[in-house]
Amino acid sequence: MGKFSVVEIKEDIASRNNALAAGIRSRLAEKGIFYLNVMSSPGSGKTTLIVELIKRLKADYKIGVIETDIDSDTDARTVADATGVKTVQVHTAGACHMTCQMSDEALAALGTDGLDVVILENIGNLVCPAEFDTGATANLVLLSVPEGDDKPLKYPLMFEVATAVVVTKTDVAPAFDFSAERAERNIRMRNNTAPIFAVSASEKRGVGELERYLRAEIEKTVSRAR
Amino acid sequence: MHELGIVMHVVDQVEKVAVENNVERVLKLTLEVGEVSSIVPELFTECFEWAKKKTEHLKDTELELILLEAVSYCRDCKKTYKTTEHAKECPHCGGNDTYLVTGNEMNIKDMEVV
Repeated sequence: MGKFSVVEIKEDIASRNNALAAGIRSRLAEKGIFYLNVMSSPGSGKTTLIVELIKRLKADYKIGVIETDIDSDTDARTVADATGVKTVQVHTAGACHMTCQMSDEALAALGTDGLDVVILENIGNLVCPAEFDTGATANLVLLSVPEGDDKPLKYPLMFEVATAVVVTKTDVAPAFDFSAERAERNIRMRNNTAPIFAVSASEKRGVGELERYLRAEIEKTVSRAR
Repeated sequence: MHELGIVMHVVDQVEKVAVENNVERVLKLTLEVGEVSSIVPELFTECFEWAKKKTEHLKDTELELILLEAVSYCRDCKKTYKTTEHAKECPHCGGNDTYLVTGNEMNIKDMEVV
C-alpha cells in the first residue's frame, strides 16, 4: 500500500446529533416552548393519549404537533381532526427513528412562533428513537398493558432516557398477565427518577394526574422564559 | 434494521470529516463499539458494505470494528464485574445498585486516508 495519513476523529457517533439537540433545547427554552417527545412501541396508544392531553391543555396553551411515521398521514389527520391544533406530518422515508436534523426541520415546518407546547409523536419503536436525542425538553415513554411488564428489561435504553413513564390501556388489564408492581420494579431497574403514571386514555382514567404533572413541567419552561 | 440508520449516520459524519480534511479517499475506517451498545457487528458491517457504495469518499473503505468490553460497577460492594455475564445483578454481593462503566460506546476512532 502506498502513502497514507491517519485522521484521528475520536468522536462519539451521536456527537453531532447531540450538539444539534442541545442547540434546539436552548433555543426553545429561551422562547419558553416546552417540547415533548412521545416514544413507545407501535400501537401502544401514543396518538390516543396525545389527543386526550391536547383536549385538556389547549384552552391554556398554544400547542403544535409533529407526527412522525415511515409513511402515511393518518396520525396527523387524526390529531388535527380531533383537536384542531396545528399539525405537521414527517416521513422518515424508511428510517426507524427520527434524527435531530429531522426534528429541527419539522420544527421549522411547523413554525414555533407563538406556541407554548410542541408535541412530537416519534416513530413507534422501542429501540432506535431512544438513541437519537431530538432536542426535546422531556421524553414521555409509554408502556401499554398488552405489551407486557417485562419490556423495560428488554429495551433498557428507552426506559433510561425517559423523563416520565406512562403505563397505558389499563382498562384491558384483566385480560392480560400484566402486573403493575412488576412493571414498576422493572422500570426502576433502569430509571430511579422518572415518575410513573397509569392511564386509560379511552376511559379517561388516570389522565388527570399526568395532566397535572405536565402542566407543572410546562409552567417551569414558560416561566423561566418570562 | 436498526443498524442501517446508525450506518447512514456514521457514513454522513465521516463524509463531512473527509471534506473538511480535503481527503481524496478513505482507505480504512475504525470504530469502537461497546459490547452492549446495541450494535450487532455482523449486521453493521453488512449495512456499511451497502451504504459505502453510495458515497463520495468511502467506496473502497475497509471497516474495522473494535469491540470494547462491557464492565459494570456495584455501589454496594464497590467492585466491578462483566456486564454480559451478570447484567444488572452484582455477582459479588447480589446487589442491584449497579451501573455500566464501559460497554455502551459507539465511537468513530480514526481513518486512514489518501
